[in-house]
Amino acid sequence: MTDTAITVEGLRKRYGDTQAVDGVSFEVKHGEFYGILGPNGAGKTTTLEIIEGLREPDEGTARLLGEASWPRNPALLHRIGVQLQASAFFERLSAREQIHTFASLYGVPGDRADAMLETVGLNDKSGTRENKLSGGQAQRLSIACALVHDPELVFLDEPTTGLDPQARRNLWDLLRTINSEGRTVVLTTHYMDEAEILCDRVAVMDNGRILRVGTPAQLIEELGVRSLEDVFLQLTGREYRE
Amino acid sequence: MKSFISLSKAMALGLLRDRAAVFFMLVFPLMFLAMFGALFSNDSTPQSKVIQVGDVKVLDAMPDQQRAALRDVLKIEKTDGSPAARKEALEKVRKGDMDAAVFQQDKGGIELRYSAADSVRSGSVRGVVDSVVQQANQQATGQPPAYRLAPRQVEDESVKPIQFLTPGLLSWAVAMGGVFGSALNLVSWRKKRILRRLWLAPVSAGSVVGARVGVNLVLAFAQTAVFIGLATLPVYGLQLSGYWWLCLPLVACGTLAFMSIGLLIGSWAKTEEAANGLAQIIILPMAFLSGSFFPLDVAPDWVRSVSEFLPLTYLAEAMQSVLSRGESWGAVLPVMGGLLAFAAVLTLIASRLFRWDDA
Repeated sequence: MTDTAITVEGLRKRYGDTQAVDGVSFEVKHGEFYGILGPNGAGKTTTLEIIEGLREPDEGTARLLGEASWPRNPALLHRIGVQLQASAFFERLSAREQIHTFASLYGVPGDRADAMLETVGLNDKSGTRENKLSGGQAQRLSIACALVHDPELVFLDEPTTGLDPQARRNLWDLLRTINSEGRTVVLTTHYMDEAEILCDRVAVMDNGRILRVGTPAQLIEELGVRSLEDVFLQLTGREYRE
Repeated sequence: MKSFISLSKAMALGLLRDRAAVFFMLVFPLMFLAMFGALFSNDSTPQSKVIQVGDVKVLDAMPDQQRAALRDVLKIEKTDGSPAARKEALEKVRKGDMDAAVFQQDKGGIELRYSAADSVRSGSVRGVVDSVVQQANQQATGQPPAYRLAPRQVEDESVKPIQFLTPGLLSWAVAMGGVFGSALNLVSWRKKRILRRLWLAPVSAGSVVGARVGVNLVLAFAQTAVFIGLATLPVYGLQLSGYWWLCLPLVACGTLAFMSIGLLIGSWAKTEEAANGLAQIIILPMAFLSGSFFPLDVAPDWVRSVSEFLPLTYLAEAMQSVLSRGESWGAVLPVMGGLLAFAAVLTLIASRLFRWDDA
């Protein structure tokens, strides 16, 4: 019980005719860096949103730090940090005003917000409005907003999508630091190099199901291929998605 | 409490930095006030200009005292009675330079020629000349008049169109601020997923809604202050009645009622463009049909029937009662109750349509 940060059992979610999530179960240990991999439309984001408590599952339960994430549980919300796929910022506010607003929503003092801005290297952009930030800066700001209240559990939904190689490498360093400070991190991505470098364990998903779970090295060995990318392609096929 | 304050701050900053929104909610209605106020500021009864061709006994014989009394309403220009002058006079009336031309017919007949192009001007010139003729007829009898008319307006002598314009335009401004404020905010927060993000932060729905309502109320009170401040300037000359401060609770209830319309629009519309268009479609016709821009006394029956179903009608009417007509609680309490009930019903419907995200 104390060992697992996240316990997911038999999640199902249907939207009209599509079964977006079709019986997902897995566990994430405390301090683990866990990756959910899958092609577009595999059900990664929906799974993550159910676990975070944004959506009600049709079936199954998700327990974070021993507490159910649905219905909404404000006590639990203090202990988790979430970065959504799109950068959710208050319109026309500067980077500093964004993070200060989020800080006060969590009852966190302002100097902690400034320190967080410094951690993600946005000090010189503190007066820049959200719509003037570059893609990488916006991603870093949204991660800073997710971390401002020092959560034990961090969810990141495709944090590096659309970034240039420099920005991705910088962000990886940041994510590794977050994890090495003892936080449990769950990340979705469709970059296999990213998952191979960052994640302790990965779950490969397609069609709303988890196909395989293990460390990247384990999976490569089991399937007898050269890289995590080959594992991914072998499991999910080579046809175009979406 | 802290999250309520920081959310209010975030919303207020976001709103104030949106120049277009500030323009439409604050400056745009003021432009209307300045424009209409200037148009109507000279509101004395229009003087009728009559061209008198040749001698007309009844006009020439008018006593000086009567002539002086009529000076504000009737101006007579006399020309000689030649056929050329007569032709020229008719041409002037036709062009609208003069309101009417008067000729002496045979003995007792007086011919008054007017243009049908402007029914208001022709109506007033006919009225004035007719009264001159009637008075002369009465004097010709040598008897004192049996009946006397003493006309006086119901309002105090200072009533000007500004007394009507300010409450109407202020109500319209408050309505716009409420509808646009909540509709656009809701749609844009849903699109940017701020709504979702706030769901995952430990804030209550009450803080979020309360902050939005609070910001809109402050905006509405600012509009009220600016409106009344401008309208009471000597140029416009608004005279506030003793119960003018009752407009404040009225503005608050109106803001809630119109925010609920915005909430309904925002719950339904998927994009800001759709929300903006829908809000315009609702607000603009309502402004005209509710009599916020001009009185509906001469409007067709169907317009008046429609206006009975519009919340803006009641807001504008009650606003006029307390700002200009000196009425008190009796005029505003039923309207405030109605607006709040309206807000409650629409909010309930909106909550059924509400969506957290576009998916």
